[in-house]
Amino acid sequence: MTWALVFEQLLNGLQYGVMLFLMAAGLTLVLGIMNLVNLAHGALYMVGAYLAVAGTQWTGSYLAGVALGFAGTLLVGMALEVITMRPLYGRDHLDQVLVTFGLILFFNELVAIIWGRGSLYTSLPSWLQGHIDLFTGSRYPVYRMVVLAVGLAVAVLLWYVVTRTRLGMLIRAGAANRTMVAALGVNIRLLYTVVFGFGAALAGLAGLMAGPIYAVQPGMGELILIQVFVVIVIGGIGSIRGALVGAIIVGVVDTLGRAFLRPVLATAISATAADAAGPALASMLIYLLMAVVLALKPAGLFQSR
Amino acid sequence: MLEVRGLTKSFGALRASDAIDFEVREGETHAVIGPNGAGKTTFIGQLAGDLRPDAGRIVFASEDITALPAPRRARKGLARSFQITSVYQDFTALENVMLAVQAQAGHSFRFWRDARRDGELIAPAKRILEDVGLGERGDVLAASMSHGEHRQLEIAMALALRPRLLLLDEPMAGMGIEDSRRMIDFLGKLKRRYSIVLVEHDMDAVFRLADRISVLVYGRLIATGEPEAIRAHPDVRTAYLGEDA
Amino acid sequence: MKRGALFWIVVTVALTVLPPIAGALGQPFYIDLVRRMMILAIAATSLNFILGYGGMVSFGHAAYLGLGAYSVGILGFYGITSGWLQWPVAIGASALVALAIGAVSIRTSGVYFIMITLAFAQMLYYLGISLEVFGGDDGMRLRSRSQFSGLIDLGDAVSFYYLCLVLMLVIIFATHRMVNSRFGMVIRAAKSNEARSRAIGFSPYRYRLTAFVIAGAICGLAGALYANHTNYITPGLASWVQSGDLMFMVILGGMASAAGPMLGAFVLLIAEEILKGWTEHWQVILGPLLVLSVIFFKRGLAGIFHA
Repeated sequence: MTWALVFEQLLNGLQYGVMLFLMAAGLTLVLGIMNLVNLAHGALYMVGAYLAVAGTQWTGSYLAGVALGFAGTLLVGMALEVITMRPLYGRDHLDQVLVTFGLILFFNELVAIIWGRGSLYTSLPSWLQGHIDLFTGSRYPVYRMVVLAVGLAVAVLLWYVVTRTRLGMLIRAGAANRTMVAALGVNIRLLYTVVFGFGAALAGLAGLMAGPIYAVQPGMGELILIQVFVVIVIGGIGSIRGALVGAIIVGVVDTLGRAFLRPVLATAISATAADAAGPALASMLIYLLMAVVLALKPAGLFQSR
Repeated sequence: MLEVRGLTKSFGALRASDAIDFEVREGETHAVIGPNGAGKTTFIGQLAGDLRPDAGRIVFASEDITALPAPRRARKGLARSFQITSVYQDFTALENVMLAVQAQAGHSFRFWRDARRDGELIAPAKRILEDVGLGERGDVLAASMSHGEHRQLEIAMALALRPRLLLLDEPMAGMGIEDSRRMIDFLGKLKRRYSIVLVEHDMDAVFRLADRISVLVYGRLIATGEPEAIRAHPDVRTAYLGEDA
Repeated sequence: MKRGALFWIVVTVALTVLPPIAGALGQPFYIDLVRRMMILAIAATSLNFILGYGGMVSFGHAAYLGLGAYSVGILGFYGITSGWLQWPVAIGASALVALAIGAVSIRTSGVYFIMITLAFAQMLYYLGISLEVFGGDDGMRLRSRSQFSGLIDLGDAVSFYYLCLVLMLVIIFATHRMVNSRFGMVIRAAKSNEARSRAIGFSPYRYRLTAFVIAGAICGLAGALYANHTNYITPGLASWVQSGDLMFMVILGGMASAAGPMLGAFVLLIAEEILKGWTEHWQVILGPLLVLSVIFFKRGLAGIFHA
């Protein structure tokens, strides 16, 4: 366990955290502004991944696949909002949970029907392959660096939109007082569709970026969605800043835990015990973290209301 | 019975309660009046235990209850009624009061006996419903009751707690003339048996029921005294009753 | 005779005569199917208590199914096959974990509560996957079914069926009593109007936590039954898909009713069986069906039977 290795895992953690953020941002906005629990957010992540793979295979161009993944998920998201979400506004969370749960079953199976149950693997264009040299002397995949960079760029863009543009102001106002904004002549329904759509697009972006790193398969959304929940709970509902902080924390803790808990434990207890306990504890780490945060701040680190 | 010293609460820059000193003697009916936005709701909220004051002490029957949460205060005999009706809509009137009786009867970790047929809960509840005038309406679902009946039910539930002090938050709110008069008569009967903090806008009720009146303006208690003294008090007249009252 | 009482008599009789009839028709499959329904009905009943009556949207209830099943499986793995020991451990372990999870979660409410219960249940699911000793993701076969000193042989499909029937009826009845007891009234009152409950002197937290633990314990028993039913344990029992299924059973059947969970379990499982017969991709049909049922059909089935 060298410092170079630690640093490399730290970068992995940041990269994973940034992907968590892309998903958490959309979900926390939808939850905070529209008071809508959307379990199908993970399905949108999956849709983005699949559309990107399909697009690349179709056209032979990686970037075309990316565009299809992003735009496609945006459209699917907006369609979903109009068809299934609108009846749910104002209904209690239980109904929303159940409906979006039903959507997950539907999407997972739909994807399996079209593409089968096995994992799809994406190939990267040559300019995204390969490694770069880090100052620590080790080498790090170019692609993961790009993912990290894109994620941070989106974070900055989001911050700009929400705090500096008229749309962002409408979003924040809509979160504070929906009826008032509607009374002022703003088309609330359109606003909601746009917010939901872009939240979906961000999830799709996370999905299509995840494709080359993790497997593209039915049910991939649920694995990450639970962690996104943890992020939102830690960060506080409705807060994008909270989503970013929470995502980085969760991403780093989870990655470092999985990488180093076993070796660290092995220094204290026997190797065989560490072999069993290490992975088990590592998988529980972020939930324990969540429990601790909740014990101290029941509404998350940055509560927006 | 109740002693409040230096009660202060701010919401950001807004001083909702500004070092309020207030007391209620045993058996006294002490009314709190003030214009809208004066902080009456915040005041009641802190007395009831829904809001934590930033500073100050609340002493009830010689016991410091400042840090006690609302349920504990209710169990010690501090009963409140809500300004905006807050009853159990999906239960009948009788069940509403039975629940209050049950809450007062010690712990509720009983898992087998049917509470709906429990004589220990039914008898006192029926008596109280009779007292407030809802004797015939016991089996009506609260959601089906009129607004005036809701206000009566609120009082009934407060009485079911066998309280020593009643916090009545605008009991007459939204009532018509007939209902109000009946409520005032009823509250008049309660005066003998309980210490009461009465927050009200209805001046008729206040001057007929109160032994003492305190006036709250912008979070500060500007005057406390007997009704006649308050009626004549210059600051009160200006701040509340109007320049030419 | 009251509609409700008639309903229960019909149900009891029908379930009692099912095994001999199925046997006579040469269709033992139905004994298995209905047994599975009854076990899940027990789990759904436990969830209905906190969800339907208590308003606590616990999206991680299947965790206790998993805990109960793994208690039986793990003890059996280490040679302890006595049901007299396994089942109390299943119930006790579930109760303890419910206590731990509930203590943290019940301080929150609304969306937080939903997400937190889900997250903790997933934590247990991932824990189950990571335990390679017990089969990890694939799970493992039971060394033997729970032994009850020869009193009953769980390997005999019919005997086990009747045990499940009795347990299901007992638990539905006991839950019904609990719902109308003083304890149940507090839970229901806290759901109906929390501010009012606090104002009259109820501290909802302790009662809710107790209810949460009781529900977890009952579900743990269902888990022990389920392990014996399938003779196999997998972490999937604790997954959120399973939790979602349980919630659907509660909703479909009609929340806050005694028969609701049972009806919901029966209907959902029958629907699954029928759809599975049509296509292996049955979830693509079930998903939208569930969506539509929630959007349009709120009262649930039990409303029809006044049960």
